[in-house]
Order: sequence, then C-alpha cells, then structure tokens
Amino acid sequence: MTALGTLGGALQAVVIVVGSPLLLGLMRQIRARLEGRAGAGVAQPWRDLRKLLRKQPIAPRGTSEMFRIAPVLLVAMTLVVAVVAPFITTASALPPVADLFVVVALLAHGTVVLALAGIDTGTAFGGMGASRETTILALVEPTALVAIFALSVRVGSTNLSAIVGSTLQDPQRVISPASLLAAVALVVVIVAETGRLPVDNPSTHLELTMVHEAMVLEYAGPDLALIELGSAMRLSVYLGLLANLFLPWGIATEPGLLALFVGVSALVVKVALLGAALAFAEVFLAKVRLFRVPELLAGSFLLALLAVTSSYFLA
Amino acid sequence: MNLVALALMGATALGVIGVMAALVVGRGARPVVVGALTAAGGVFGTVAGIAAMLGQAWSANLPGLLPLSGVVISVDALGGLFLAVSGAVATTAAVYGIGYSRHGLDGRGVQAIFPVFVLSLLLVPVAGSISTLLVSWELMALTSLLLVLAEHRRRAEVASAGRWYAVMTHLGFVAIVIGLLVLAAPAAGDSYPAVRAAADTLSPTVAGLVLVLCLVGFGSKAGIVPLHAWLPRAHPEAPSHVSALMSAAMVNMGVYGIVRVGFDLMHGGTRWWWLLVLALGAMSAMYGILQAVISTDLKRLLGYSTTENMGLVLVGIGASGLFASSGRPVLAALAATAALLHVIGHAAFKTLLFLAAGSVLHATGTRDLDALGGLRAVMPMTTAAFGLGALAASALPPGTAFISEWVLLQALIHGLPSPGVATSIVLPIAVAAVALTAGLSVATFVKAFGVGFLARPRSDAAAQARESPPTMLAGMALAGMASVGFAIVPTLVLPVLGRVAGDLVGTGSPVAGAVTVELVGIAGSLSPVLLAAALLAATVLVVAVPRVLVARRARRAARLWDCGAGPLSARMEYTATSFAEPLQRVFDNVLQPVQDVDITHVQESRYLVAAVEYRRRVPDRVERRLYEPVLAAAAAWGCVGRRLATGSVHRYLGYGFYTVCALLVLLLVTR
Repeated sequence: MTALGTLGGALQAVVIVVGSPLLLGLMRQIRARLEGRAGAGVAQPWRDLRKLLRKQPIAPRGTSEMFRIAPVLLVAMTLVVAVVAPFITTASALPPVADLFVVVALLAHGTVVLALAGIDTGTAFGGMGASRETTILALVEPTALVAIFALSVRVGSTNLSAIVGSTLQDPQRVISPASLLAAVALVVVIVAETGRLPVDNPSTHLELTMVHEAMVLEYAGPDLALIELGSAMRLSVYLGLLANLFLPWGIATEPGLLALFVGVSALVVKVALLGAALAFAEVFLAKVRLFRVPELLAGSFLLALLAVTSSYFLA
Repeated sequence: MNLVALALMGATALGVIGVMAALVVGRGARPVVVGALTAAGGVFGTVAGIAAMLGQAWSANLPGLLPLSGVVISVDALGGLFLAVSGAVATTAAVYGIGYSRHGLDGRGVQAIFPVFVLSLLLVPVAGSISTLLVSWELMALTSLLLVLAEHRRRAEVASAGRWYAVMTHLGFVAIVIGLLVLAAPAAGDSYPAVRAAADTLSPTVAGLVLVLCLVGFGSKAGIVPLHAWLPRAHPEAPSHVSALMSAAMVNMGVYGIVRVGFDLMHGGTRWWWLLVLALGAMSAMYGILQAVISTDLKRLLGYSTTENMGLVLVGIGASGLFASSGRPVLAALAATAALLHVIGHAAFKTLLFLAAGSVLHATGTRDLDALGGLRAVMPMTTAAFGLGALAASALPPGTAFISEWVLLQALIHGLPSPGVATSIVLPIAVAAVALTAGLSVATFVKAFGVGFLARPRSDAAAQARESPPTMLAGMALAGMASVGFAIVPTLVLPVLGRVAGDLVGTGSPVAGAVTVELVGIAGSLSPVLLAAALLAATVLVVAVPRVLVARRARRAARLWDCGAGPLSARMEYTATSFAEPLQRVFDNVLQPVQDVDITHVQESRYLVAAVEYRRRVPDRVERRLYEPVLAAAAAWGCVGRRLATGSVHRYLGYGFYTVCALLVLLLVTR
C-alpha cells in the first residue's frame, strides 16, 4: 500500500462516482442527437439521482432485508472495484485485492445480489428479470474468466497492475492475436453484463422484453437512486478496465500531481470515447431475442478460448 | 504413544460406547446420548488428524484383530487431512442429528449404525495396509447403505435408491479389490511401505490397469461421471445429517483413494493417467452442475453439486499429476493444494447446505423447490445458513470455493506453456470447464436460495414452517463458522495443506503468508481478509453517505406493483422450474428433455379444449445411454436363462451330470 496507491484509489472512487452518471448522460445525449432529438443534457442523470434521493423510501409489502440491502451491496461492490483496480494509477490501494479474477467476480456478485432482490419481491416480473439476468450471467462468466486467463498467461500473473504494467513496457503485445481476440470477447462480456443493446434495452418500458429493468421494477426513491448509480458505475468500471487493459497509456506510474492529473484526464477521455462509441453503435442495433443471446455469448466464449490457445501457440 | 494415538483411541472408544449406548439407552434419551458420544468421537478424530497434519506420525500393527492379514494403522499427513475433515463433518452432523433424529429416526438400529459409519469414515484414511483399507471401505459402504435405507417405510423411492447404491458401491468395490490386489501381488506384504517398494516392479501396462481400476472404484465413490448415477439418488434419500456425512466426508474418500494410490503408492506414474483424471474431472464438473441447475429437488440439486465439486477436485489432482510428470513440482504442489483446499471448503459448505436442506425438509416435509419459498420470514436462521453455504458454493468472492478455484487457475495459468501436444489441448479445455462450471454454479445457487428461501411461500407447508430446534441450529452454526473461516482466513490452513501437497510431489509448500495468500516460486497474491474488510468499509460508506447528504425519512409500506389487476397470488411467482427454463433451453442439446402435451377435448366438439396437461422430465442422459442398455441386457440374459430353469428336478440333476461329464472330457482332451 503506497502513498500513490492510496491517493489514486481515493481519487478513482471520486472520479467514477461523480463521472459515471455523466457518462450515462453523455451516451443518452449522443443517442438523442443521432435520433434527431434535442436530448435532456449530460447532467440529467445527476438531476434524476438528486430527485430520487430526496423521496421517501418505500418498502413493498412482502419483501425482506435482502430487497433493502441489495442496492447498498451493489454500489459497495462496485466501489471496491473502483478503488482497487488500476484506472488512474498502476499502484493499487490494495494490491492483493487488485486481481482480475476478484474484480470480475465482484462485479458479477453485484448482479447476483440484484437478482436475489428481484426474486425476493415474489412478483412475476421480479422472477422473470432475475431468471433472465442469471441466465445471461451464467453464460457471460465463463467468457470473462477465459478472456482474463488469456490476458494473464502472457504476463504470468492475474494481478491487474502487473498486466497493465507489462502492456506499458511492451506495447506490441496489444496487437497480438491473443490480445485482440480477448478484447473482442471482453467487449461482448461488457455489453451483456451492463445490459446494453443488443442484449438488453436500457430504455425499454415494455415489461415482457425487460431484463435488468424487470428485476428492479419494485425499487423507488433512494433505493432506486443507489441502483441507478450502481449500474452507471458498473458501466464506467467495465469501460475503464477495457481501456486500461488494452490501451493503458496515460495512466500514472509514479507519484506526482501532474501524473495524477494526466491519469484522470486520460481515464475520462478514454471512457468517454468508449461510451460514445457504444452509444453510436447502439443507434444501429435492435435488441435480439433472449434465446438468440446465448448464440452471441457462445461466439464470444469461442473467441476467448481461441485467445487462450493462441496465447501460447503463437507466442 | 503420542497425541495422534491417544486421540484415535479415544475416537474408537467413543464410537464403540456410542453403539452400545444406542442399544441400551431408552428411546427418549437415545439421540442425545448417541449424538453427544459420536460428536465427541468426531472431535477426537479431528484432533488426531490435525496433529498428524502438523507432523506427528503414528503406526500400529494389530495382528489379532483381523484373521490372516491383521489390522495395520498408520497415520501420515495426507491421511491426517482426510481424517480431520471426516472428524469435523461427523461432529457437526452428530450434533445436528440430536434434534433431527427426534422425528422417527431414533430407532435402535439407525442410532447404533450411525457411530459405526462415523468410525469407518475415520478408519479409511488411517488404514496402513491394503487389507485394512478394504475392510474399512466395505464397512463404510455397508453402514452408509443401511443409513440410506433408514426411512424406507415412509417413502417408496428409498428402496430404489438403496438398490442403486448397493449395486454400484459393490461393483466399485470389486474394481478396487482387483486393482489393489494386482498392485500388492509383487510386494512382500500388504502394508503400504511394502507395496510402495514393490510398485516399480510392475510393468507400465499393469500399473496403468491398476490405476484405471482404482479410478473406477474410487471415482464411483466420489460421484464421478459416468459412475455418478447412485449419488443423486442415495444422497437425497438418506436422513439429512447422513446426507451431509456422505456428501461432505464419504465422497472425499474417493479422492483420498486416488491420491493415495496414484501419488503415494505408485509414485505419480505417467502423463496419460493424469490426463484421464483431469478429463474425467472436467466432464464431471460440467455435467454435475448442468444437472444441478435444472434440478428442482433441493437435496438432489446438492447431490449433483457434489459431483461438480469432486470433478473440480479431480481437475486439480489431474493437473497436479500432469505437472509432476512434466517435471514442474512447484506447479504440481500448487494444483494439489488447490484440490485439497477445495476438499476442505466443499466439506464445510456442503455440510452446511445439506443440514439447512434437512431443516427445511424437517419443517415443511418437502424438498421440492417449486413448493417452497418465503422461508426467510419463518426460518431466519436456516435461511441465513443456506445463504452462507450458497455464497461459499457459488465461487463468488468472498467465498470458499472462490479461493480454491483462484489457486487452481493460478496453477493452470503458469502451467499453460507446458510442453506436449496433449497438455496444450487439455489445459485450455480444463480452464474452459472450470469457467463454465463457475458460471452455472452461480445460477444454481441463486435459484436454490432465491426460489427456496426468498419470495412468498408457494405452499401451505412452507407458510406454516417453524424454525428448527436448537441442536440442529448448533450443527448448522458449527458448519457455518467453518465455512466463513475458510473463506476469510484460508491462510490458517493453506500452509499446512501446502506442506501436505508438497510432500506428495516432493517439494516444499507452494503457498505462504498470514494475511495474504502468497504463492511461492511464482507471482500471485490474494488477500481474502483485506477483500472482506474493503467490502465492509464500502458498505458502511454507502449506507452512511446518503444519510449525511439528505434528511432521513421513515420507510413507508406499499403495495407491490400488480399491474392494477388486484392482489398477486403465490401462483404468479416464478418457480424453480421456470427460473431454470432459459438455461434448460440453452442446453437443450445436451440435456434432451422429454416433453408430453395431452389435450383433452370437450365431448361435444373437437374444437373446444377441456384440459391441457403438460409434462416435462429431464432424464439423466448418461444414465439413459450407458445404464439402460446394460440393465436391458442383464434382463434379457435373465429371460434366456429362465428357459433353462423349468423347475423340474430331473432336469437340474441332468445339468449336473452333463456338466461333470463335459468337464471330464475337457480334462481328458487337454491333458
């Protein structure tokens, strides 16, 4: 635990908590402009959060503590990832926790907690959303693990700082077949895990096609605010991970105010660009049927497996 | 006489006293006395095992106890590990059994057999010779069979489960007997040192045959596919504390057997052995979890999950053997450590899960997830116990299975650039299998916990359930503490496990560290304590910050969203079947469910439907392809044989006469 790591960890948490709703706002704004609408502005998600936080908390009858603790756990787990993973500096606040397996499993755990909360409501929609989300999670997890494995084999470690550091030292690795295949697989993982098109439609209002939204249908007020914040943070964290695993340049490796400033700016620019690209692509995509999603995920699993194989066959 | 000897003798004495007490004490006090004595025996067994793991060895020769060969007891670190696990599981199950036995399991027979089963579980890992191992193995099989049959008067399925178990466990025993006898044939005696010394004189083909036979026998005990068919039948039908003992302690003996024979007695062998073990492990892990994810019977689901976890253990063992035979002892020790950690972790969480499932069965009378739900309100302790076990089993941090799978994946990552075509094909597939298993296990336990314990009750039995008696809660608390302990501070046990694993492949411990799990010789560290602390801190922060920012208002109770259509009923909830339906559809080609739709028409008109009946079954495909042809062939063989046996005595005498004549002719011709 170094000074740079601790400072960087705190800074990362602040940047991600403050920035993730703005990222969401940016993506919605891009989509609105491309569809010919004026859009609500980049800061709209923050205005929504402020409104929701001031409302009275609601306890739907028949739900238990699981329902009430789930939003808190979702944000807490994402927050831990935001602190330990290398977003702004390569020096982690908690190096023995900054493991790629731990980080991805923690993010998956957030989904699991929400799914349990969805079941806990005892409504058809809650169960339906939880069932679908769990199905997608069960098929995404293997892809994520195998893609991580492919990235780790060449470094000989699953530690995130080590992986990012080795890419900084040897930039040619980014364009190796293993790295490219793993990148594509991870993009599919991120799209599926954060509930973006074509796996799930984040702005749907039709219950029967919802996945994530059906699961959190019963939430209102401050609880909903936490869930919205948690989901936005998950998206930022995933995009940040993707950016720094494959394009880590700009990340602070040594202490210093300038280095940290460059690190923050680089992260913001990279994540904003990735988010913009995602929003741009989404305009041209329609949601696929739930039972076509496994085909997409099986394809990404195959890519990840090929990445593992090529990581030492072509090494 | 050291601590190991004293503790083992204590455990044996308590077991014997337990049997006698079961026969003598009256029905009212019987479960308490037997449970307390068995639990104490389990504690002694654990103490002996821990002492053995820490370096104390003990061996004894008791020639008078068993005719011809005598009994040889020898405790080493490897045996000590499995001894400690068995002892600990037995303690928990015995404490739980005090309360659980009160409803119909307090008969003299069942109560007297239970301590014998525990004793046999303690004896298998400390056996020091082939004959002692075989005798204690058979004792374990017989006593567990009798315990499986304990509730045969109440449910008809018990008898069928018992038949499957009896036949399969004995076929496995035959395989083990043949294998071990061939192994011991060139040795001077049947004690382990003698066998070990003579093992190198076997030709590679014979050694391979011995390994395959032992793999069949021990693997069937561990529930390895395709010899798993008995496990999801017998484990659910046994009384729940016996299920816990079988699923958390007895299956480990299969792993112990493979490790003992493969690594210890036959010195590691060649590469294809371990490729076979690894492939079987990967197949079992995937098949087991796939069956578990669609299973709606709570205990059957746990049984299939046992197959999955033993599969993961075998992946670790196989990888370890593979690395050892490629000359990479550090990685071999690391993979073996992962396997042993998974054995211990699995023992803890599977005990917890089976005991919690037993409480549910005790309170509601059903194991059907589709009829459960809403138990969190009426059985909060049991719900907490099952939730803890589900977290540990689903390979999510902070959980036990996550740590062992992390260690296993570390070994595979560093071992991937290994030489050999077979290795480079099998290892990525093993990684993919572990990854698929991890994903599906999450879905399995979300389903089991979410549908079984959360939401609203789906039947009157679930709505009227009551929390279990204190002894059952105490048993679950013990298992729960172990489960949490292994998840948060695995560093307490890892160095010892590392030493046991290192001894197997002839190197030092591959793990170190008090707060952080640090790998020795290769890069890699993980700190479950820091992770748990960080999660706790983040949770506190997330609760506190909104309270500071905005004024707190009291929660208001409100109606659930019912689309404006009136109150929701429990029939509108998602059930376990519907929850797993998307996954079942995804894996349709593998599972091949059988569906029937029966439509009854109204008598007056074919165009009006009176009733639609829909049935779906997911038969075990391995069973259908592998077992049914064999069973059909056996039945056909029996039908053919029946024509010979008409019941006429003259005919039978004739058979005898002609057989003797034929033998005499044969003798005449061949000499």
